[in-house]
Parts: sequence; C-alpha cells; structure tokens
Amino acid sequence: MFAQQFPIVFHSLNVGFVQTLKLFAVTLIGAIPLGLVIAFGSMSRFRPLSILTRTFVWIIRGTPLMLQLIIIYYGPGLMGNNWWGGGEVGRFLASAIAFIINYACYFSEIYRGGIQGVPIGQNEAGQVLGMTKGQIFFRVTLLQMIKRIVPPMSNEIITLVKDTSLARIISLQEVIWAGQSFLKGSQGISGIIWPLFFTGLYYLLFSGILTILLGGLEKRLNYFR
Amino acid sequence: MAILQVENLRKNFESLEVLKGISFSLEKGEALSIIGSSGSGKTTLLRCMNFLEMPSSGRIVVNTAAGEHVLYDDQNTKTLSESAIRKNRLHFGLVFQSFNLFPQYTALGNVTLAPRLQAKARPDYKERAAALSREIEERGMALLGQMGLADRAGYYPHQLSGGQQQRVAIARALALEPDILCFDEPTSALDPELTGEVLRVIRGLADKDTTMIIVTHEMTFAHDVSDQVIFMDGGNIVEQGPPAQVLENPREERTRQFLRGYTN
Ligand SMILES: Nc1ncnc2c1ncn2[C@@H]1O[C@H](COP(=O)(O)OP(=O)(O)OP(=O)(O)O)[C@@H](O)[C@H]1O
Ligand SMILES: [Mg+2]
Repeated sequence: MFAQQFPIVFHSLNVGFVQTLKLFAVTLIGAIPLGLVIAFGSMSRFRPLSILTRTFVWIIRGTPLMLQLIIIYYGPGLMGNNWWGGGEVGRFLASAIAFIINYACYFSEIYRGGIQGVPIGQNEAGQVLGMTKGQIFFRVTLLQMIKRIVPPMSNEIITLVKDTSLARIISLQEVIWAGQSFLKGSQGISGIIWPLFFTGLYYLLFSGILTILLGGLEKRLNYFR
Repeated sequence: MAILQVENLRKNFESLEVLKGISFSLEKGEALSIIGSSGSGKTTLLRCMNFLEMPSSGRIVVNTAAGEHVLYDDQNTKTLSESAIRKNRLHFGLVFQSFNLFPQYTALGNVTLAPRLQAKARPDYKERAAALSREIEERGMALLGQMGLADRAGYYPHQLSGGQQQRVAIARALALEPDILCFDEPTSALDPELTGEVLRVIRGLADKDTTMIIVTHEMTFAHDVSDQVIFMDGGNIVEQGPPAQVLENPREERTRQFLRGYTN
C-alpha cells in the first residue's frame, strides 16, 4: 500500500515544493533591494517621506502576513476588478507581491540598524583621507554593514522558508497544499495524513542547508570586528 | 611666510557660538599644542580645519612650496564645493582620539587604502599600476616601520592594542603627506601604560620637523614637544606663545587657573 502510494505522493510533494522554492526565491530577489529603498525612505531627512515610510512599515509589520495575503488576493475582486484571474499564476503573483512587501519592511529595519550601527567615525576617517562619498560607502562602510546585517537577515530568511506555507490560505499549490490534498483525495488516494507530516522534512532539509550556508557567510566575515 | 594662517575663524551650531574668532599662524616645521578645558572648542577647531565641520566665517590659508591656497574663505563660495573641500582637506591630516581605523583592513591596508584610491585617479595609472602599487606598499611598510610596527603590518585592528592602533592611524594620516598633521587628544582613549609609545612617536615626528597641531591634556608632553602653545577658553584664544611662557609664566589669570588643575 505505502509502496504504491509513495511515488505518487513524493512526486506531488516535489511539485509543491518547487512552488515553495519559487516563492522563496522571488521574495528574496524582490525584498532585498526593495528593503533598501524603504530603509532609505525611513531615514530620509525629508520628514513627510520618512513619516510616511515608517507608518507603512508599522502597518505591514503590525498586521499578520496571512491577512495581507488575503487582502491582496481577494481585495481587487471585491472591488469589482479581479486582476489575478482564477489560476495558479494569479495566486503566485498575489503571494509574491504580499511576501515581497512584507519581507521588504522587515529587511528595511535590519538595514537601518546596520547602516546606523556603523560608527560615524568610520565615515569621518574616510573623509579626512580625501575619499569620495562613493569610495567611503563601497570601501569602508558597506562591508561593515553587511557584517552587521547577516545574522538578523539569516533569521528572517529561515523564517521565510516556513512562512511561504501561509500562501496556502489563498490556495497556492505549494508543498503543504500538496500534502493536504491527499487527505481530501487526489490521484486516487484519500484519507492519508502522512504526506502532510512528510512535508516537514522538506522544510527541515531546506532550512538546514540555508543555516549552514548563512552560518558559513557569517564565519567568513569573522576575520574583522 | 607662515605655512598656515587661520583668520577670525568662527563656528556656530545653531545659536551656540563655539568658535568666537580664532586667529593664529603656524610656521613650517613647528609643533603647536592647543590646551584648554572641556568644551572650549579645541575639537571643533580641528574639525573645521579638516572640514568635518563647515566654519561659519573666517579664512584658512595654507602656504606651501606650490604657492598659496585659500582653503576656506567665507567671501569666496568656490571654496565651499564638495570637490574643492575634498582637495583642500588633503593639506591636513587628522588623527582621532578614537583611532577610527577601518576594521576590515589590515594595518598595512589601512595605511595604503587612500593612496591607492588616489593613484587610481592618475592619468598614467593604467600603464604604471603595478609599479605604483609597489611604491605605495613600500611606503606604507616604511611608515609602519617608523611607527615601530613593521611586524604588525598584516594584523587587523582588533588584533592590535590601543597604542598600536593609534600608531597605525598616525601612519595612515602620514601616508598622504599632509602639510599639517592634526592630533585630537591622541592618547586620551588609551590606558596610561600605552600613552608613552604614542607620545614617543609624535615626539619623533616633531624632531623631524613635521608641522603639527596637537590638542592635548598632557602638559609635560606639550611643554617638551611644542614650539607654540595656545590656551583656549570658551571659544576664544586666551593666550598663546612659547611653552615656557604659556605653561610656566602665563600672563592671563584664566590660564593660571586652568594650569593649577594640572600641577597637583
Ligand atoms: N555637532 C555639534 N552640535 C552642537 N554643539 C556642538 C557640536 N559639536 C560640539 N558642540 C559644542 O561645542 C562646544 C565645544 O565642543 P568641542 O568638542 O570643540 O570642545 P573641546 O574643547 O574639544 O572639549 P573636550 O576637551 O571635552 O574634547 C561644546 O559646548 C559642545 O557641546
Ligand atoms: Mg575635544
């Protein structure tokens, strides 16, 4: 019985996990640069911009990602214009946008801490040595910021691995959705719960690999303080 | 002709006037010590000369073999552009109280970073890159040797003691061959047993006729090393002259009062 089910389940979970990985990757690709833009906005000396940005960050960080997913996916339809359509592509797009915005806000706070954590004396030492602003940023402060943000970013990135499962709420066919489908019935199999539990292994394996990679990066930056 | 002339330099932070018209001049090869109580404006004066702060008004003029350079003149807005400032500040070097070494570079890397970046801007950089790089490296090593740190060239700042870090910072400032080297309390952040090695290095520079301005609370050192001493109080120069006069026979009551805090 199990021997017959396993290949079917395994294949379905793999398909689901590819969707999970895609959401993970797209979120990082979008949120890492967008977070920087938001960080600069929240540090702007132009008060209206910094207040607006900080309010936005507060709203996004202060409400559940699940709620944001629901609003972004169902909101347009309720207003009489469902851009997302009914398919998987639309669900993925809506999920990606919600995740990118949400994670960009978290990243922006990490960046802000990293940027403001580099002592002003580093900048001044560069200035006194006749360096341009660009040289000071790229040769002096950037690496110190990266060193500061790598540990908190690692935490967020590991959290993101697991958060992708929230997209299940709008029926994105990620790995949890795939596991759950065998409970209700799919491909002639129904009423089994182990596929759902089995999805846990995917998360464990993937977050384990990331932990090792990010830990390695952190270690490589340990040559200075 | 004095190598440095500061004329009626003023600096305000909002409504707070921190420098109230500072004027002095410095001859080439002289060491000038600036003493004064906390908050009298010594750091602000050094920061204005290095353009970490923009003066509010006055003039700063440097005279070198290459001619007269007006570094700052409140009447001449050309001295206020970012690129002019970047060029002008190279007449000065600044050694900070807190060293401010770049942690991700070795001692040698700290010393050679700015010279390397300047070399890249040269028109002949492409043809001579390797030779220039070697020259910069050798000069950096020579400077570290002069600081007694030849064997520490490959160390990162966190692997060095405070005294060693400050000596690297001095080498870093010297690498750009400034006309005038400024020190802002170079030993204040150091454990007492480490001040000696840094003061010895500065003394060595004075013996070699390096033109220097030293803000310090080390009175004995100021007495031994400087050709001129300025006593500042409340944003003004109260008294200036040779150390034997200002430190031993001050004319002003305020100077005497200040020095009394150091004799016992
Ligand atoms: N960026 C700033 N904004 C506002 N006020 C400042 C600023 N920098 C310095 N001041 C003020 O200017 C005055 C002079 O400060 P400064 O640091 O030049 O004194 P100092 O003589 O170097 O003192 P110390 O011996 O403690 O180093 C102080 O009253 C200080 O509070
Ligand atoms: Mg000071």
